[in-house]
Amino acid sequence: MSDDHHDHKPTGLGRWLFSTNHKDIGTMYLWFSFIMLFIGGGMAMIIRAELYQPGMQLVDPDFFNQMTTLHGLIMVFGVIMPAFVGFANWLVPMMIGAPDMALPRMNNMSFWILPFAFGTLLSTLFMEGSAPNFGWTFYAPLSTTYGPASTDYFIFGVHLMGISSIMGSINVIVTILNMRAPGMTLMKMPIFVWTWLITAFLLIAVMPVLAGVVTMMLTDRNFGTSFFEAAGGGDPVMFQHVFWFFGHPEVYIMILPSFGIISQIIPTFARKKLFGYSSMVYATASIAILSFIVWAHHMYTVGMPLAGELFFMLATMLIAVPTGVKVFNWTATMWKGSLTFETPMLFSVAFIILFTIGGFSGLMMSITPVDFQYHDTYFIVAHFHYVLVTGALFAIFAGAYYWLPKWTGNMYDETLGKVHFWISLVSVNVLFFPMHFLGLAGMPRRIPDYALQFTDFNQMASIGAFVFGGIQLLFLYIVIKCIRGGEKATDQVWEGAEGLEFEQLPSPAPFHSFTQAPEVK
Amino acid sequence: MSTNDGYYIPEPSKWPIIASLTLFVTVFGAVNTIHGTSFGMPILMIGLISVLAMMYGWFSTVVAESPSYNGQVDVSFRMGMMWFILSEVMFFAAFFGALFYARVLVMPWLGGAGNNAMTHEVLWPTFEAVWPILTNPDNTAFVAPKEAMGAWGLPAINTLLLLTSSVTLTIAHHALRKGERAKLNLWMIVTLALGVAFLVLQVVEYMHAYDDAMGLTLASGIYGSTFFMLTGFHGFHVTIGGIMIAVMLVRCLKGHFTADNHFAFEAAAWYWHFVDVVWLGLFIFVYIL
Ligand code: HEM
Ligand SMILES: [Cu+2]
Repeated sequence: MSDDHHDHKPTGLGRWLFSTNHKDIGTMYLWFSFIMLFIGGGMAMIIRAELYQPGMQLVDPDFFNQMTTLHGLIMVFGVIMPAFVGFANWLVPMMIGAPDMALPRMNNMSFWILPFAFGTLLSTLFMEGSAPNFGWTFYAPLSTTYGPASTDYFIFGVHLMGISSIMGSINVIVTILNMRAPGMTLMKMPIFVWTWLITAFLLIAVMPVLAGVVTMMLTDRNFGTSFFEAAGGGDPVMFQHVFWFFGHPEVYIMILPSFGIISQIIPTFARKKLFGYSSMVYATASIAILSFIVWAHHMYTVGMPLAGELFFMLATMLIAVPTGVKVFNWTATMWKGSLTFETPMLFSVAFIILFTIGGFSGLMMSITPVDFQYHDTYFIVAHFHYVLVTGALFAIFAGAYYWLPKWTGNMYDETLGKVHFWISLVSVNVLFFPMHFLGLAGMPRRIPDYALQFTDFNQMASIGAFVFGGIQLLFLYIVIKCIRGGEKATDQVWEGAEGLEFEQLPSPAPFHSFTQAPEVK
Repeated sequence: MSTNDGYYIPEPSKWPIIASLTLFVTVFGAVNTIHGTSFGMPILMIGLISVLAMMYGWFSTVVAESPSYNGQVDVSFRMGMMWFILSEVMFFAAFFGALFYARVLVMPWLGGAGNNAMTHEVLWPTFEAVWPILTNPDNTAFVAPKEAMGAWGLPAINTLLLLTSSVTLTIAHHALRKGERAKLNLWMIVTLALGVAFLVLQVVEYMHAYDDAMGLTLASGIYGSTFFMLTGFHGFHVTIGGIMIAVMLVRCLKGHFTADNHFAFEAAAWYWHFVDVVWLGLFIFVYIL
């Protein structure tokens, strides 16, 4: 690392607009995701405010539907996914000993498509008619025959996001396969890199299918095709099949990188090696492969031949096995470790417990006959918020606290971090746990009004929501404070931290990670 | 800049953001064209032209830089292209999936198979579940074609054209590797001509389909939908592949590429073979079966 213009950074706006640097692009991804978190979160606040009481109070039903739709789309495509791409950008080159991503210009293009895509999506709120109001799953015929005019903007917005994701994942795969330092064999790679390799593969395999299904919607809406129209020999159920062929792998796209982050953090604070490294790799791979053959568990009630219902039930249950392997391994890693509970570890432990709750409700819903009762109720809302909020989002928080010192060179404020954690932990459970009961008692999802007997649990959920939403402002403050200054981080940052980024790079990490490949033993 | 290990990391570049912007302008123009706004078409055109200009600019930069690339950069490009082609395969898979689902499951169900006797009886009593569908469930909303598109006329010729073009392209590639430039240029021209001939015949076939005598259109039910979306997207990809081949031809004529350094040429060739394979799938599942 003797290169003298090692740390010369481009300056001004051009640094960001024209960037070819994985760290700057990663930073942009992370900030983008953060902004979207507040926009999508604001929509959730509107939803919960409306649901605070039975009856209609704040918004009309159509606007309520627009909020649930955009909230879902923004959180999935605008928050969780870009945040993980941001992590991949920052970390993958550092973890494998590469100078940068393999295709730096394409990297910047993948990012800069996103503001355009989400600008398009958000602009639909101001269009005549209404914004998309058919749920984030945009089932036909709600989105075809009955979709508002803005649906076409939504479709092209999805196309743009798809292009961005595909280019981003090509970049990640190529970087991992081609840019590893000598000695960094596949089975020596940090688990985070492994999970992203597999995630990127999933993305390349299913984002084009999403592009295909929205294209069919587009032509059904505008050019007279009848893919989803029984009158012409098509079938609205076919929409669901194609959508969920994308959609189920998509939910794993949102969780695999979190598995990676958690698998980095737990060993550090347990001061032990990760238990069962290779079983982690194989579990991740089998989850990815299985995720292609379980999609119709979202469609048990829509009508399928019995053989289909059975097949998808059994395949879905099977996927719980590798997931269980992971949970077992994390627990075994902590077993008899010398544990300390800094904020990243707190979020990680919470992740393990709460994600597992989500996995269990998933297992319940995977049983076809009982899912007939759970389907489209708040039970499933509880399920996917446990896996996505206390799963994916908590992992993002954990990862942010874990690597912020490496990225900025400063320690974050540990006390504030703990406050953020504990308030989030309590409020998120007040928010989502009652939804299980609501769902079991029969409260349908995506409805702005409800019967009186659901009032108590809804009020609890709403209060939890306001607290959880509010406390994220503290997280914003903590991040800004950490960027601005604070106690200097050591190069290793955490006592038990391992990996190239902690062992071979200073804090903050230099602008170009490794201009010369490090030695990997 | 180049790292000490020789991996080329490009300096900050304006192309990516220009690319994002031009893509956005294109889709914005496309939506507005579909919605019939007066400025839709002009914006779409501006978008498309600027996308092409952007690609020209970006790729020219890469061509100019390429002497400073080492073998590892070359591998990155190769891998990138292969994964990109995989994503294209999956895009077609979605439409093939729709075709199979509609044909193998939906059609019999609409015709009363399984536990759907009442669907047929009450909703679509006139529907005849035979592929290619010549009577739609609701034949006034979606007027079915009078006859199906046969396989052994133009489509068979087109199959031959595309298969041959893959062979001629391979001959050109071998010539390039042996440094026989005249032969290279010749076979590139033949390849391009075959591709163009394919597209011309495809247009003829579409005109024939849209003719009243046949009445096979995008709007003639699921058969027409799958037929035109699959062949249409394929034709679009042949067009892209053809543009790539044309660009490679120009570069060959200009004396670009060497016997052992011609990644762009190979990428275009892979793409062309991919388009060829997709066509084989189409020929079997859309035309013959
Ligand atoms: C043990 C593993 C899991 C099982 C067995 C499982 C099972 C299921 C089932 C059966 C449904 C459909 C429920 C219904 O509509 O009636 C469902 C919905 C859902 N799951 Fe999971 N799941 C698992 C893990 C995950 C993970 C890890 C994620 C994401 C990180 C996830 C995200 C979702 C989402 C977003 C939905 C709702 C989709 C919608 O809007 O309709 N699940 N899950
Ligand atoms: Cu699923």
